[in-house]
Amino acid sequence: MLKDIFHKRKPRYATLTSQDVAERLGRTKPVDSPEVAVPEGLMTKCKNCGEMTFTKELEKNQRICPKCDYHYPMNALERMAATLDEGRFFEFDKELAAADPLNFPDYPAKIEREQKKTGTKEAVATGEGTIGGYPVVVGVMDSTHFIGSMGSAVGEKLARAAEYALAKRYPLIVFTASGGARMQEGIFSLMQMAKVSAALSKLDEAGILYIAINTYPTTGGVSASFAMQGDINLAEPGALIGFAGRRIIEQTIRQKLPDDFQTAEFALKHGMIDRIVHRREMRTELTTLLELHGGGSRGE
Amino acid sequence: MANDLMFEKPLLELQKKIEELRKFSQDSNLDFTDEIAKLEAKAKTLAANIYGELTPWQRTHMARHSERPTTLDYIKGMCTDFLELHGDRNFGDDAAIVGGIAKLNGIPVTVIGHQKGRDTKENIARRWGMPFPEGYRKALRLMKQAEKFGRPVICFIDTPGAYPGIESEERGVSEAIARNLIEMAKLKTPIISFVTGEGGSGGALALGVADRVYMLENSIYGVISPEGAAALLWKDAAQAQRAAETMKITANHIYEFGVVDGVVPEPQGGAHKDLDATVANVKEVLVAALDSVREIPHDVLVEQRYQKFRKMGHYTDPTQHE
Repeated sequence: MLKDIFHKRKPRYATLTSQDVAERLGRTKPVDSPEVAVPEGLMTKCKNCGEMTFTKELEKNQRICPKCDYHYPMNALERMAATLDEGRFFEFDKELAAADPLNFPDYPAKIEREQKKTGTKEAVATGEGTIGGYPVVVGVMDSTHFIGSMGSAVGEKLARAAEYALAKRYPLIVFTASGGARMQEGIFSLMQMAKVSAALSKLDEAGILYIAINTYPTTGGVSASFAMQGDINLAEPGALIGFAGRRIIEQTIRQKLPDDFQTAEFALKHGMIDRIVHRREMRTELTTLLELHGGGSRGE
Repeated sequence: MANDLMFEKPLLELQKKIEELRKFSQDSNLDFTDEIAKLEAKAKTLAANIYGELTPWQRTHMARHSERPTTLDYIKGMCTDFLELHGDRNFGDDAAIVGGIAKLNGIPVTVIGHQKGRDTKENIARRWGMPFPEGYRKALRLMKQAEKFGRPVICFIDTPGAYPGIESEERGVSEAIARNLIEMAKLKTPIISFVTGEGGSGGALALGVADRVYMLENSIYGVISPEGAAALLWKDAAQAQRAAETMKITANHIYEFGVVDGVVPEPQGGAHKDLDATVANVKEVLVAALDSVREIPHDVLVEQRYQKFRKMGHYTDPTQHE
């Protein structure tokens, strides 16, 4: 087997169960408050079909609605646990956090609130692990943390992950989930688009596989940079994918937009993504893609 | 005059008075030389006061001024033999971005920039400088062409942002911008960019991943327009003036942040008051910038460009001790 040529890594990663994830986050129920209508978080109501599901069951079901297949947002640790072999991963730069370069009113307090709410320092987690036995570097954005907005810390973590992938010649896989650039960091947020893109250009030159997976929501500056720069761009069903906000477009053209506008299905139809992949199929599909790329980097 | 800025009004009224007095003096054969000299001195002080300390919001108006020099003004003003090249070879030709080949001091260069119109009709055709995806793809085509023939690329940035419309999303404006960012990061020829007016978000950055980036004194560069920021942050677009200050979008701030390499001075009252002087200022900076990168081997240049953008951002990292 081709994949046997590749170095198998010793499992030096921590194994995460959903219970561990919950404990690390310092909570026992999911944070996605809009869906949590029932006290104590015992049950969760689907935003799409209204079905009530036991939260525990939902967690076991990778946060997919058992009735309508709606993909609830996942936080970064849940995603890591669901995607990597045995949920094992070694996290990078866990303590790296936002600064306040513009001296923006209330920003430090807001950062603190988001950190407290989610138990994580920033809106992206990066790390390494294996998928189907293939070593990979993974970045997962977290829409539950500051709507996944990209400031300097998010850009820095992703750029470092890309540089690590380059040094190790491991493929890079990034799950995007972001409302766009983080307003509170002004021009520095904008420059993260250039920074991460530049890091990805190095992987491109070196023949290293980069897979972008667009999840709900992938918009603004994240959409207009690394979400669309994959050798393979994937998306979860129903994910919101778009550059300009719906309201801004409606104001500009003075008409209502169709319901399927800026969905994963819309992006597929218009040729912007390669495939829509159901969350339950994601690991298998990523494994196949890695295998098809000989592990994910051109032989040197 | 519809194009006057509110904060200029006292100065313009005074200047008008001086003109009237001068005319009256001629017609009536009376000598008002002393009075005129006094008023002119007053006008000079007033101008220094008004233009000396422009607020971010006033600069935003300057940056958007309808008579502000456009990309074609800069190209025609500083280059010879300009040939505009059209189309992205894929879908169409976007008038919101212009580009082509020209000679700068006798040397062929590729010039690209957002293009706003001079009147409503032209602005509708050019969508007020808000490009469709094919505009960015045309820009990239011209950059790759420049790389092939070893020409430096010069970009002029002046856009409120990429056009927010159905067509933009259908034709993949995100992908178009994203591709420019990644391709510019590794383009093996020098790139020099100038933010000449509005540097609006990703739609601006798609021409801004350059070896040297400069801003004109009264230009702005930001992640979102002041109006957009106000609507998002305070749910009130009328707070734009406050947002212009809070977001720190003016050239002096962006330069202090180390995000651009220099600020190009404008004539008193703004770039539109003296086109020739503005073009000369930009050309001087451009020629020096090109000189500074000309001798650098292209792989070194690309690595330096990488390091330049790689360093941008502020964060805290407790595991790293300086």
